[in-house]
Order: sequence, then C-alpha cells, then structure tokens
Amino acid sequence: MNAPAYNFAYLDEQTKRMIRRAILKAIAIPGYQVPFASREMPMPYGWGTGGVQVTAAILGPADVLKVIDQGSDDTTNAISIRKFFAKTAGVATTTATDEATVIQTRHRIPETALRAHQVLVYQVPIPEPLRFLEPRETETRRMHALAEYGLMHVKLYEDIARFGHIATAYAYPVKVNARYVMDPSPTPKFDNPKMDNCPALQLFGAGREKRIYAIPPYTQVVSLDFEDHPFEPYRFNAPCALCGAENSYLDEIVTDDKGGRMFVCSDTDYCEGRQAAGHHGSLSAAPYKEKAQEAANG
Amino acid sequence: MTTIAELPPGFADKVLSAQSTFRSVMDAMARPGSVQRIVPMAGAPDTMMRGTAAIALTLFDHDTPLWLDARMAESSDVTKWLKFHTGAPVVQDSSIASFALVSDGGALPSLESFALGTSEYPDRSTTVIIQVDSLSSGRSFELRGPGIDGIATLQASIKPFDLFERLRMNEALFPRGIDVVLVADDAVVAIPRTTRVVSKGS
Repeated sequence: MNAPAYNFAYLDEQTKRMIRRAILKAIAIPGYQVPFASREMPMPYGWGTGGVQVTAAILGPADVLKVIDQGSDDTTNAISIRKFFAKTAGVATTTATDEATVIQTRHRIPETALRAHQVLVYQVPIPEPLRFLEPRETETRRMHALAEYGLMHVKLYEDIARFGHIATAYAYPVKVNARYVMDPSPTPKFDNPKMDNCPALQLFGAGREKRIYAIPPYTQVVSLDFEDHPFEPYRFNAPCALCGAENSYLDEIVTDDKGGRMFVCSDTDYCEGRQAAGHHGSLSAAPYKEKAQEAANG
Repeated sequence: MTTIAELPPGFADKVLSAQSTFRSVMDAMARPGSVQRIVPMAGAPDTMMRGTAAIALTLFDHDTPLWLDARMAESSDVTKWLKFHTGAPVVQDSSIASFALVSDGGALPSLESFALGTSEYPDRSTTVIIQVDSLSSGRSFELRGPGIDGIATLQASIKPFDLFERLRMNEALFPRGIDVVLVADDAVVAIPRTTRVVSKGS
C-alpha cells in the first residue's frame, strides 16, 4: 500500500473540469473574475492555493515547471510548490525562465521576457481591486458590471493629494482590454508594463477568494493614472550588487546593524544567469570570480 | 438499438487525454483564429467529429447542461454516448445551456436564444461548439482582438455562412456574449466574444 493515492497533479478530474471551464471563460472575458469552486489544498490559504489549483488544471507530463516567490526560486514557498508538482505530477522542474513552459509566481514577473508558448500563473491573495474601497461583493460586482471605476481614481487622487504622487507601489490597478479594472496581484508596479501586450498567456488564481481571471496574450493592459501624474514604474536607484544589472527590480537587504545594506536582483534566475555570463557587481560572490578566472586561465 | 457495450469508447487514458485536449482548447481560446490540434483519440458516435468528442469528454459533466441541435439530438447514439461518458444533462431550453453542440451549422438558431450571461456574471454564457467542413481551406477571415498579435488570418469553410456577421452582436453585448469553438475533425479554432472580424476575402 505504498502506491500514491493521488490523481495526476493531485486534483480529481471533476475539479479539473470545473477549473478548466472557469479558465476558458476567464480568457474569453479578459480581466473579469470568474467565480470557481476552490478546493482545500494540502497547504494553507495564503501559500498559493489558487495558483496551485490553476497550475494543477493545466499541467501535463510534457510541461516544465518553474515556481518563483518574490522572484526567487529558492524560498520555502517556491520549493514546496515545485516539489509538490514534481511528486504528484512527475513533471520536470527548472529554475531557468526560458526553459519553463508553466511558471507559477508569487508577486513577481520574471525579468526575462516571456514567450508565446509559456503560461504565467499568478498566486492572488485579494483578487478584487475595489475590495478595500468597497467591502460588499454585491456592490463591487455591480461596479464592474457598469464599468464604474470612479472610486479607484478617487483613491489614486487621494494619494496625490496626501503625498504629492501616486503612492501605490504594488498591486497597482490596471485596466485590461479597455474594460475591466483588475488587480495584478501584489507584484511591484515595476512589473506592470510587462503585462501589456505580453506574448504569454497570464492566468490568475485566488484560492481563498475563489476567483480565476486571465489576460490573454497580446492584450492591452494599462496602469491607471492621470494626465498630469502619469504612471511611473519604481526601482531603487542602484545597480545590483551581485550582477550589476541597471534595469532589474531590486530587493534591499540589510547586512548589519550599522545601516549597511545591499541591493540585489529580486529575480534570482536572472541574476545568476548574468553572473554566469560574466557580469558582476560591487559585492559579487567569490565562486563566480574564481570560475571566471579559471575560464580565463583555460 | 445500441447497448452500452457497443457504444464508442471514451479516452483510453482519461486523465492525460483530457489534459492534452484542454491545453489545445485553452491555446485556441487564448489565440483566437489559430488552428490547434486535438491529439488524443476517443471513439465518437456517428454525427460527432472526434475533436468534438474529445472536447465533450474533457469539459462536460453533471454540472454542464447541454443543448444539442436537431441532427445531434436525433441520434440516439449521440445522446446515449454523452449520457454514459459525461453524465451531462441534455436540455431543450438553449438559454440555460453551458454548452451547445451544433453539427448542422446551416440550422444554427439565433445566437440570442443561447445564454448570454448577465452584466454581473458574464461568464454564465453558452459556449457554442460548431462542427464545420474545414479549418484549413475556404474563405479567409481576418481577425483581431485580445490574444492576436496584430491580425490573424483564418481560412475556413463554415456554415452558417454569416456566422461572423451574427457574432457582431458580441460587440454591443460585451462583457456579455457568446463564445464559439469551431471543430473540423481534429482541428479546433476558438472565437471568443472579444474577437472581431476586420475583413473577409472570398
């Protein structure tokens, strides 16, 4: 009795059919949140149960899966989910963005440009962009039905009135295909432009809130803004301390209790790829220098 | 009189065949106008193409009311096969159907007779699956919309001939609307409600 008692990719077939139907409607109505009968998963809410269910419904034996958490392949959440699918579906896994066919992500979009055969699956905590402005589901649903998004503009305006600029730094609301206002999940607004006209299909799963939504490939995604306060992606004004990248999204890491800090790429695969290609920053790790020297010495 | 034992079989491997078929349909829906292939084989009752049969086995179950056009509904093999393999209830009222199966496109009823969804729940709409003669030759249609990089060209031989004119109602209805899946043998093309025809050749 040591045979695995789970179906391929954990979910039963009836559940997969239900999720698959929701995904098809989500693609047909870009940015609209399709309700679905989210299941309990063998991990707590907040750990990506929505993304995991979407991934389980689309994953096949030929897929190569990558899972990132805040850009990193090596954090607990990313490793757990990658192992979960390696075990329940037997799929190949990778950390390299360009080798993956399905990428499940928590809070980042990879720096490497996505391509047409890839699917990006987002883990979403609160799918409703209007939820913190209007707690009633009946009301937010009506607002989406009427495309009545004045409240969101008021919120952004209040940011400007209070701080002099739009202070929303993550989960920055977007309008998809000029119709639905959508929460891009808590990705930094740095990543918002990558969603626009992206060649890859983007799917969003919210497990606790029981919603699935999608952005089809090559679809217009506009970050909300004002003429006199246009949308601006934010990035720390520093190169990556490990790979020297000037255009990647950076994490700030405190290194001591005297105010020391370093900025490194949040996307570990991108950073490692650049270091392996010989790029280095002010604090490059020694092994790469040694490798580079070995290579130089033949 | 066909007994259950004589019905055409379903998928040999239910799990992986359904997954592969779904990915073809998902890719079709995500890239309107592109022709996707359905690889897994399943038995198909007489008026049903193998692509249609695979989609039925992949997406239909007791939660999805089905509407069948007259040619499908007349065939007891089709209704028995669907009932045995999917358990989906067949309904007469097309306005409550999750899916509609159409084998005789020439007799396609008015699209308004299907579920169009509501403004609050536009997803509660019928997906209309139409079997067509060809998705590789025939008139050419230039399509644009989400999922399409610029313009996609579809060559197809479709009945009803005015399908795309009829689908123009999706423009005014959006976000409500009808999503269409075209099947020709093992080829599948999706025309979600966001897709627009820019021009038609001959």
